[in-house]
Amino acid sequence: MTDVLGAVIRGLSFGSVYALLAVGLVLTYRTTGVFNLAFGPQAFLASAIFYDTHVTHHWPIYLALLFAVGVMSPLVGIVLERGLFRYLRTAGETAKLVSVLGLFVALPQMVILWFGPNAKDNGVGIVGHTGTVTYSPIHNVFVSRDDIAIIVTGLAVFIGLTAMLRYSAIGLRMRAVVESPRLTELAGVNADRSSMVSWIMSSAVAGIAGVLLTPVFAGQVVYSSYETLVIAAIAAAVVGGLGSIPLAYAGGLGLGVLQQILDRYLPTQSVFASGLRPALPFVVLFLVLIFSPKSTLRRAVSDPLSGVDPPPPAPAHLDRSATLTNATRGVGIVFFAGIAYYLFFHANDSWVDLAVRAAILSVIFLSVTVITGFAGQISLCQATFAAIGACATGQLATNQGLSVIPAMFVGAIIAAAVGALVAIPALRLGGIFLSLATLAFAFFFDHVLLNYSWIGGGSLPIAAPRPLMGSISFNSDKAFLVLTLIILTLVSIAVIWVRSGTTGQYLDAMRGSEVGAASIGINRNRARIVAFALSAAIAGLGGGLFASYERAANVDAHFAPEFGLVWIVLVVTLGSRTVEGAINAAIGFVFFEAVVLPTWIPFIIDHVQPWYHMSSLPAGLQPILFGLGAFTYAKHPEGILEFQKRRSLARIQALIDHFKRGGPAGATSSGVSDSKGPSVAAAGAGGQP
Amino acid sequence: MSLLEAHSVTKTFAGISALNEVSLEVDSGELVGLIGPNGAGKTTFFNCLLGLLKPDGGSIRFDGKDLTRVPTHGRARLGIARTFQRIELFVGMTPRQHFLVADRVRTGRGALWKDLIHRGGPTRDEQARAQTTVDLLGLGAVADRPVESLSLGVGRLVEIGRALATQPRIVLLDEPSSGLDRGETAELAETLKTVHREHGTAILLVEHDVELVRTFVNRVYVLDFGTLIASGETASVFAEGAVRKAYLGDVV
Repeated sequence: MTDVLGAVIRGLSFGSVYALLAVGLVLTYRTTGVFNLAFGPQAFLASAIFYDTHVTHHWPIYLALLFAVGVMSPLVGIVLERGLFRYLRTAGETAKLVSVLGLFVALPQMVILWFGPNAKDNGVGIVGHTGTVTYSPIHNVFVSRDDIAIIVTGLAVFIGLTAMLRYSAIGLRMRAVVESPRLTELAGVNADRSSMVSWIMSSAVAGIAGVLLTPVFAGQVVYSSYETLVIAAIAAAVVGGLGSIPLAYAGGLGLGVLQQILDRYLPTQSVFASGLRPALPFVVLFLVLIFSPKSTLRRAVSDPLSGVDPPPPAPAHLDRSATLTNATRGVGIVFFAGIAYYLFFHANDSWVDLAVRAAILSVIFLSVTVITGFAGQISLCQATFAAIGACATGQLATNQGLSVIPAMFVGAIIAAAVGALVAIPALRLGGIFLSLATLAFAFFFDHVLLNYSWIGGGSLPIAAPRPLMGSISFNSDKAFLVLTLIILTLVSIAVIWVRSGTTGQYLDAMRGSEVGAASIGINRNRARIVAFALSAAIAGLGGGLFASYERAANVDAHFAPEFGLVWIVLVVTLGSRTVEGAINAAIGFVFFEAVVLPTWIPFIIDHVQPWYHMSSLPAGLQPILFGLGAFTYAKHPEGILEFQKRRSLARIQALIDHFKRGGPAGATSSGVSDSKGPSVAAAGAGGQP
Repeated sequence: MSLLEAHSVTKTFAGISALNEVSLEVDSGELVGLIGPNGAGKTTFFNCLLGLLKPDGGSIRFDGKDLTRVPTHGRARLGIARTFQRIELFVGMTPRQHFLVADRVRTGRGALWKDLIHRGGPTRDEQARAQTTVDLLGLGAVADRPVESLSLGVGRLVEIGRALATQPRIVLLDEPSSGLDRGETAELAETLKTVHREHGTAILLVEHDVELVRTFVNRVYVLDFGTLIASGETASVFAEGAVRKAYLGDVV
């Protein structure tokens, strides 16, 4: 009995931190409509600042605390609000989510850049080194000062926030702003100010949670602890349907206690239990999402004045003129033919290797094109589908003796089946909840399922041979490049056909108006499940290719859940509606990893070194840049490359028009029939009525 | 047996009764009107018929089949089509694409594997039917422009075309004439009569334009504050005192 009591007390202190973060999540969601996934990173930042000031530089605790929680955390909130979220208030749910994902990917790496990637020990909580002093109110039940401090602080913050939201004028305004920023402004409330206050407060809450958490992790400050933390907080917040602060608080406490009790009583030997332990938050999140009645999960807030917004811009391929499409394809073919010539006849092996990687990633990224570009859903488990494809290929080829290429396709089908299975229960949720369910599934797969030897292959990645077709061997990288390019071409064509076919049309119709689509008989869920399964299949095929190329299904190195987040951010930023966008994203990803990081960055560092000491290569630079790039999505949902390309073409068009009208070349260009000018101009004019 | 049968449909929003035991019947191929002042519950009633809202009480039957457990898209496939008061078009698509999609849903020909082997595009038959709809509504000039560039009136026509492209047995029209001028309204009425004559489609019309209702429908129901206050032959209903007072008072 005392055993249980001890677990409950420890669970309450764990749970208080979850609860604080959950309360902060609900606060921002309710008052700004933004689901701030970056809460974990923000907590980490505060904790790192607290550690640096108090432990490393020996500031007194109250000063360090004031600086970390009272100054720096709110400052981050202010910067985020002023720099980003203010402009997103009337944006759609997807734009908000993409921006938050970018932050989630970039922020921790920015902190690590300063704080260092390694865990730092001997951190303390808000009661300092005396925190480890324990009391024993009942025989054999121990409570440390840290536990007490955490529980009391958590409760105080919770009560304070609830009271403020319910009884104060600013609380009322904050709640009004999220219902309809425009209506609130019409009523004379400064929506900017309310939203600012709520960001400051929620960021401070994240900061407190971060500082409190250090003793819970035995004084270690390292980002990976904070990453899973945010999932636990999300699970707690979802308990209250993202709407109720008291329920979120209770959910956090409950989750903490549950985790501690399971920790004590689960059998230690089984793979399932040992995997479940760290993954419990994901499991709980997934189950809560799947099984909670629909009514508790509110739909995204719908603004009664949303009609005053201009309609969302048309998807890129629709308002793109025929000239632009043809020009893109022409330039693309010439460009890639040139690269192919160079690769096959002149380049050394490392360039071939990069090309194979870029082509495989292109295949995987096309899965994002299908699910996000066509179906408008943000799935955060695309890396997991790729991992499933990779593992299945390895298992089938190595353990079942299937030949590799059929194994890849079977792997794709398995991934599609899993995708449909994830999608079916999650789809009724829609929007943010669907994304959260996919995130939970991604981490669940990574932490639990992957540990089974019949899935992940145990401690070592499963081997996967290179294909052998009759007498053709794909053992050399150049031969494999050919195979990859063939598959990439086939998948690209399939994706384009799907876009113009029934499935694409249905999905387009649903993006245009869900009610309208239902009114003509389109089954929303069915269309989305098809999109999900197709997307999972494409990702699985890419994963299988990758496994065969690397000769092993190395999930940790290539398909960890975090990769899925970076991928989706990158593809969506560059252009999620077109095949071209996916390929550009893949080339960018590989090029950055292989060329920019090892060559350009050291060059820059050499020149920065005198002012700022950087001991090693900042590995996190990639997520930082890609993550920050996501902020352009709200402004250019068609993708920045697509935007730039259209703008350039418009300029070329204007130039042609100028010369045709009165310029020196005018007479000749319109007179001579074989000149390309007039025909381009005519087609361009036809495309832009 | 009537085609569409609503029996004692009741709907309450936060204690306010939006629909109070409303019963209504539309026979196959019949032209019926539903009128009432703003806020009478006409659109709420439509939403209940289509399953966008779940009624608190009463039942809705279509062709003898109880619709309670049939989802919105299932009702559409049974042959109930509708237009919206606040138009719900597929932003980014052209009118022709609207008609093609609606036609494709009706025939149920779409399948992913067909898309994957490039058999997902519109067939010649489908193209021809879409062209018929374009011609019927006189949308030739704008058929291939994205709908967001069209005016509200044309948008309403596109919605009607989309509804008709599903070849429904009944069309529920929610104020089709708002946003249209006199001439356009008259043309619309002609078009609808043609459709009715050629396909025998039943039409349930919610409308403010008294003139259109008077000339178009045979029977009319009058809603006021969620309650049915009159029903019957158009001419006799319009003659009733209560109706005149509730709705038509200063118009007639």
